[in-house]
Amino acid sequence: MILKQRIILVTLLMIMVLTAIISLGLGAFHIPTKEVFIALANKIGLSQNTTADEMFADVLFAIRMPRVLLGMLVGAALGISGAAIQGIFRNPLAEPGLIGISAGASLFAVLIIAFETLLFVGLSELLGYYLLAFGAFAGAGLTAFAVYQISKKNGHPNITTMLLAGIAINALAGALTGLMTYMATEQQLRTITFWMLGSLGGATWENLGAIFPFILLPLACLPFFGKALNAFALGEDQAALLGINTDYTKRWVVLFSTLAVGASVAVSGIIGFIGLLVPHTVRLLGGVDYRYVLIGSMLLGAMILTLADVLSRTLVAPIELPIGVITALLGTPVFLYILIKENK
Amino acid sequence: MLRIEQLSYEIKGHRVLKDISLQVRKGEVVALLGANGAGKSTLMRLISGELNPTSGSIMLLDKRIDKYDSKTLARSRAMLSQQHAINMAYTVKELVIMGRYPHFQSSPSTRDWKIVEETMAICGITDFADRVYLSLSGGEQQRVQLARVLSQLWDNPDALLLLDEPISALDLHYQQKVLSIAKSLSRLGFMVLVILHDINMASLYADRIIMLKNGRKWLDGTPNEVLNSKNIYTIFSVESLINIDNHSLKPHILFKEMRVDPQFFNIQTIKAYVDKK
Repeated sequence: MILKQRIILVTLLMIMVLTAIISLGLGAFHIPTKEVFIALANKIGLSQNTTADEMFADVLFAIRMPRVLLGMLVGAALGISGAAIQGIFRNPLAEPGLIGISAGASLFAVLIIAFETLLFVGLSELLGYYLLAFGAFAGAGLTAFAVYQISKKNGHPNITTMLLAGIAINALAGALTGLMTYMATEQQLRTITFWMLGSLGGATWENLGAIFPFILLPLACLPFFGKALNAFALGEDQAALLGINTDYTKRWVVLFSTLAVGASVAVSGIIGFIGLLVPHTVRLLGGVDYRYVLIGSMLLGAMILTLADVLSRTLVAPIELPIGVITALLGTPVFLYILIKENK
Repeated sequence: MLRIEQLSYEIKGHRVLKDISLQVRKGEVVALLGANGAGKSTLMRLISGELNPTSGSIMLLDKRIDKYDSKTLARSRAMLSQQHAINMAYTVKELVIMGRYPHFQSSPSTRDWKIVEETMAICGITDFADRVYLSLSGGEQQRVQLARVLSQLWDNPDALLLLDEPISALDLHYQQKVLSIAKSLSRLGFMVLVILHDINMASLYADRIIMLKNGRKWLDGTPNEVLNSKNIYTIFSVESLINIDNHSLKPHILFKEMRVDPQFFNIQTIKAYVDKK
């Protein structure tokens, strides 16, 4: 990693923290930034002289903070997984959805929404609110596992086959999801649509705690694949000649990405475009070395999703816009702009 | 020493390589010659570990290559391949330092950077160290890849260097330069196995030439032993005259013009057929 890349990472980290703190105050219920700082200072025992308004503090710690933290976790997870999957596929247009993670999660979520009252009553009582999240996570894992297994050739995962299997499984899951949607009632349809468009509205300390380990592990481990993914860019054969265990790299990158994206989708629904756009932007900022791109995508992903969530809860407050809509609405023009600029 | 014994490779019932036995000794440049499809690249890919042999063994420094751990092997064997499928905007320096990946854990040492500087200078790419690889010409890209491969082995004179058509994209100067680098490395102890299409280059730079035909080893000897009109015709179906160069005493091959009679082309018949329709 060169100095410029280190500087960019530190800058991104600072902007991300700042964005997070400021966004704590923003929403249908506005908390002045000064109060946010006072409340935070009180919490960590820095300043006892001035105390924050109690109502402000309540909203801040019970509602805002878990939501902002969830946004950061999910954004970081989507960003770094996007970068890692692009590394494995050696293609800047790849994204985690390519190996069926989102499609599988959607299918299982829709199945649960459509058949909850019929089939999953027992499970529903046991898991309660978490049934949907659990189902989506299981769906993500199952499809990614299926794609990975199909891609094996003489015991080694083959990337081209993985791509094709991913497309096929995506189409299959998409068709089944469509079928379920077609058969759903009006009320279920609304729930399905809402889920598919993504939202951080369900954030609580409890579900934040539930997904924390699933996302933290990939966030902590994926950056160590920087060297291996750089070597992958030379072609798998050359990577192997450089002493990289290519099967190991593919297996763990797919597993970690599935964990991170699966857990994200489980609590926040489908949030598109972060996984594709963020790594691309990070590359434009400071270069393509994966040791930098992975960490950069994690930071920028967290920052962008925090921003998108602020927009989703303030643009037409008190109504919330689905965050998936925001990321796509803002992401597409930016992406097209980059694309056109690059071609010139 | 690289010692290959009774190596065979089969794919989908087709025997690509049959019973190949050969050796590359320390301090030796061995050129691999043969017609298209003779099995040169397959042999190279078996030695590089990209393919697994159907039978036979490949020993590097008296140890089977499949018994090595990947890091140690990466420090004692490197290969420059024909095609490079890079599609991300890596800079030249970023690519060359990748050659040192088997030697460092998280960040390169001063020694790694020194080696990279030296190999870049030797390959004549220092001037564009910070340029994006994809913006370079084919020959320049080839030299960057060579610098990367050389960096990988630079501090291990016991290593094996595999070069698959290293000079096909290069200009006259760098064709000579690259082979002379290979030759001088061999004088330090390196083993060099190189696939070449240019017989005269093989004659000039190789200590030994191995010719493959239809997946078998056909000939194995010094340029003076192997390069004669009869052998060249057997391998390539090309007529040639051999001169012994007065200065180097090595064979120099002159090729006779090959003629294909245009009456064997079916252009007129096909045209007539199309017109009639």
